Amino acid sequence: METIIFLIIFPAAISLVLLSIPVKSVRRLIAVIANIALIAGTIHLLYGSAGETIRYELENVWIERAMLTLEVTLSIYILYMGIRFRRYLVVFFTLLQLALLVHFEAFAIPAVPVAHNLFVDNFSIILALIIGIIGSFICLYAIGYIEEYHERHKESEDNRRFFFFLMYLFLSAMFGIVFSNNLKWIYFFWEITTICSFLLIKYHEDEESIDSAFSALTINLMGGLAFAAGISYAGIYAGTLELDRLIAEGGAYAVIPAALIAFAGLAKSAQLPFSSWLTKAMVAPTPVSALLHSSTMVKAGVYIIIKVAPALKGTLAAAMLSYIGGLTFLVASFIAISQSNAKKVLAYSTIANLGLVVACAGIGTNEAIWSAILLIVFHAVAKSLMFLCVGLIENKLSSKEIENMDFLIMEMPKVSAAMIIGISGMFLAPFGMLISKWATLKAFIDFNPVMAIILAYGSAATLFFWTKWMGKIITIKYGLKNREKVVSPWEWTTLAVLSFMTIGVCIIFPLLSSALIEPYIIELFGVSPSMDRFNIIIIMIIMLGLLTILPIALMYYAWLDKDYKRVGTYLGGANVDNVRFLGSLGAQRTADIRNYYLDGFFSEKKLYNYGLVTAVFLVILMLGVVVI
Amino acid sequence: MTPIDYFIHLDNIYLKAVIYVVLAPILGGLLAGVDRKISARMQGRIGPPILQPFYDVFKLFSKEKIIVNKFQNFNVILFFVFMVFTGSLFFLGGDLLLVIFALTLAGVFFALAGFSVNSPYCHIGAERELIQMMSYDPMIILVAVGMYQVTGTFRVDAIAMYDGPLILYLPGVFLGYLHVLTIKLRKSPFDLAMSAHAHQELVSGLKTEFSGTTLALIEIGHWYENVLLLGIIYLFFAFNSFLGVAAMLVLYFFEIIIDNTYARFKWELTFKSTWLVTALFGAANIIILYYAMQP
Repeated sequence: METIIFLIIFPAAISLVLLSIPVKSVRRLIAVIANIALIAGTIHLLYGSAGETIRYELENVWIERAMLTLEVTLSIYILYMGIRFRRYLVVFFTLLQLALLVHFEAFAIPAVPVAHNLFVDNFSIILALIIGIIGSFICLYAIGYIEEYHERHKESEDNRRFFFFLMYLFLSAMFGIVFSNNLKWIYFFWEITTICSFLLIKYHEDEESIDSAFSALTINLMGGLAFAAGISYAGIYAGTLELDRLIAEGGAYAVIPAALIAFAGLAKSAQLPFSSWLTKAMVAPTPVSALLHSSTMVKAGVYIIIKVAPALKGTLAAAMLSYIGGLTFLVASFIAISQSNAKKVLAYSTIANLGLVVACAGIGTNEAIWSAILLIVFHAVAKSLMFLCVGLIENKLSSKEIENMDFLIMEMPKVSAAMIIGISGMFLAPFGMLISKWATLKAFIDFNPVMAIILAYGSAATLFFWTKWMGKIITIKYGLKNREKVVSPWEWTTLAVLSFMTIGVCIIFPLLSSALIEPYIIELFGVSPSMDRFNIIIIMIIMLGLLTILPIALMYYAWLDKDYKRVGTYLGGANVDNVRFLGSLGAQRTADIRNYYLDGFFSEKKLYNYGLVTAVFLVILMLGVVVI
Repeated sequence: MTPIDYFIHLDNIYLKAVIYVVLAPILGGLLAGVDRKISARMQGRIGPPILQPFYDVFKLFSKEKIIVNKFQNFNVILFFVFMVFTGSLFFLGGDLLLVIFALTLAGVFFALAGFSVNSPYCHIGAERELIQMMSYDPMIILVAVGMYQVTGTFRVDAIAMYDGPLILYLPGVFLGYLHVLTIKLRKSPFDLAMSAHAHQELVSGLKTEFSGTTLALIEIGHWYENVLLLGIIYLFFAFNSFLGVAAMLVLYFFEIIIDNTYARFKWELTFKSTWLVTALFGAANIIILYYAMQP
């Protein structure tokens, strides 16, 4: 239990320390030590775990009081922000939430005893590993990133102490979410992540950032309101505030709170109809996008959905949940094709993959939950790597456009290598996401072939937008200057670690599955999915082995291969030199190559609107069927 | 009993692998030769000898190495390696889904080869290759899904030994597969990305800048691929191996006819029609089958 409390309290303490120390070098030293401690803490947790769920009491009236005070303070702060920026929807949601809170604390609380406030099981250990390890490395990366960020954005105020305060506070809240069993505690940490996200998106303080920040805040407050309503209902009717007891023993009374909490989860993980906040949130500094908007905070949404979904099992609400996930996966994958802004492509791909997780949670069989957890792990590693690469490139090229990334492999070879690993990790065999997609497809077929068909179409779209991006990066042209000489060691370290982790999780995947995921699935269902896994592992390893040709062949072509004749590209027989040709009136033109975005088929506006309407309909059905 | 039956019932997987790796390019090359001969006769020409594809490839191996940049051939080698791997996985009886994923991987390397050259013709060829991949990918996955629904397994060896007539359960899936087969065999009207014929507006599309040994590898890689694609046809008729062999030959002949009677589509039409066919035949078949097979 000490480890858990350490993981929750320590980052918060560090955040306060970082806020109060004015000397940069001291802050950096503290950050490094803190991150090492955090990583050690999560690994200690992994080794100390017994493999089954352990619940802890930790009864203390002061904790409750402190939380309540903080919660009210935060609400007042949001009220202030809402009034200051004239966002009255925010004010409205906050007031409702406050009213609900007061009503609940005043009427129901004395009657609801909570036996276990904290717990740890294998699923929360997996998430803690993601938060602890990936989160720490992203924070280290941010140290280098923010330096350059402020050099590029002279106009924005240098609030970096506040920035790191929020980052570490956020880590604390994330640990809180995954270890709390008391719904009120989860809710408390949940709201902290919402506010961290709001303030971090707003960091640049220009109109666009503020707009996006409020968009994220409004939608997440709406989710938070549903969460609070769910808690009140659980406390009043089901008579419990404990997540595990509510799901296990709540019976018919668990259905409504579960649906409401799932609603909050949908908002948090930016599923349709709520997805707009995540794509807007991409204005935030890139480490924020990597940490909050791809690898951890949005995962809190799917985490809670996976946790509450068993209470909905067999109802129409669960089916709706899986359709919302499937729809989101399909629509977001399609829209990603038409996007040329690198961070937006990443955002849509994140939304799509979270959609798959939600779909798995809705299906709720042992196979589906197994693949959902795999998806979470693989996605967190590969996607944070992608974001951090894009952040670096953005600082160097001053652009997030994929169309400006021509010849990147010649200009920034190491970053490009990391990016190629990241992209491969997202959709190619034998890397992580493909393993999980394979498992997901199997889970889908047994449940409902419609979901399998959705997956088939969506993956085809995924293939298209990732490969064309990769093609852009690896286009080769000679005589370009290397632009990655001035990348800070902070950023290099993180990129290198995450690249190796992307490959590493594929290699240790059998171990990961048998040591952590399967015991969890067995605890939940009694049986673990019996798949022909041995064969799969062998085949994956063979493929990984074959891929080692890649670096070897590269070295061969770079140094050993001398026997060739080089010519210019073919330009219709009218070459002036390698890139220019004679046009129709004898004018010299440059051959400029651009990618396809298929806007006629996959325009964002059209698809988003269809998706939004359908998803609103599905959400209404999901909530409607449980209420009636 | 046809030789295919003997092959399926072979227990020694190493022998199977050797047979596939040696025999597939020979069969694929012969198929290409026959294809060219029949096409020529349809067009009123005499046509090249059946062994012409082999002569071509051997000659390519002896050509001087001409390149645009040092790394362009690298992706082609990976394409070739993974294509052979994919075929082996299929003919050794592996997991059909993994076969499809490995095939995708090989295809991605092929497209990347086109991207890496930085030539406009190669680039557009690669983009179109990707559009083709996006078009046929759902249908190929649905083939595996359908076969799983009927046989309860993804293992190719188990599907090949399944007694029931898969074709009767999966007529829609089969028609959908025929549609994408035309794309995969690079036949008109879907030969957008590159083609052997002289009527390509993109010069040679994706393979414009590839020559010599590399071009030979591309050719042989496609022979392996074509054998694999015919193997999937066989699975639909695996309950009777004579029927299976006949189906492969008849359908390949059918593809030659299509090739010679259609003009090339634009990519928009290719994409739209393929996704539509996938939905109307493939997806519909699978949903109906799901409800039909429920107890």
